[in-house]
Amino acid sequence: MALRLVFMGRLETVAGSGECAVPFAATLDTVLAALEPALADALTADTIRLAVNGALVNDTAALVLHDGDELAFLPPVSGG
Amino acid sequence: MARDVRLLTAPFDPQAELARFSADRALAGGIVSFLGQVRGDASVEALELQYYEPLTLPGMESLADDAMGRWPLEGLLIIHRTGLMHPGDPIVLVSAAARHRRDAFAAAEFAMDHLKSESWFWKREKANGEWRWIEPRTVDFDDLKRWQ
Repeated sequence: MALRLVFMGRLETVAGSGECAVPFAATLDTVLAALEPALADALTADTIRLAVNGALVNDTAALVLHDGDELAFLPPVSGG
Repeated sequence: MARDVRLLTAPFDPQAELARFSADRALAGGIVSFLGQVRGDASVEALELQYYEPLTLPGMESLADDAMGRWPLEGLLIIHRTGLMHPGDPIVLVSAAARHRRDAFAAAEFAMDHLKSESWFWKREKANGEWRWIEPRTVDFDDLKRWQ
């Protein structure tokens, strides 16, 4: 039972790697509470978007996670 | 083939891509193209673009569909690099073909403005041996507002 966390852009630098596996938890708050506080703070900043299994999530409070879900934390983009 | 949208992890040849795109659109009245390359800068050694597989290419395809729906285009080409690049390397190529030039100009600019600040890319550059993430600039968002 696990979740996969993906850290894009500068979050990769904060996390120390681009992705990691964490034990399964049904809510985002529980997942975040088990992380380093500095990383949890960076992931919950206003500018960070969350995608679960490739779909953007607008209401993270209502989110119910399932075993094997991929949670991607997406900072502001800079392309071109 | 009205639109051609590609996300590339390896270098591409913009001239060859443009030649092929134009040849397929002999009846378009005008073709407007933009090539973005890694800017030459005394201190910048390299640039890296990250993407997120489930979102980046689908987002680019949706952007192309928006542009095709907004202007009467004969074709639209969007090619975007990811990975490690160096000064002078092509990053992005947008080419819009239309019966009339204003539609081609507008569609190419619309696509570029959205690729800069609304597509799923993260950029970092290496200067003086140190990597630094690049955040979007205010002007990029101002550019986007023109289309709302």
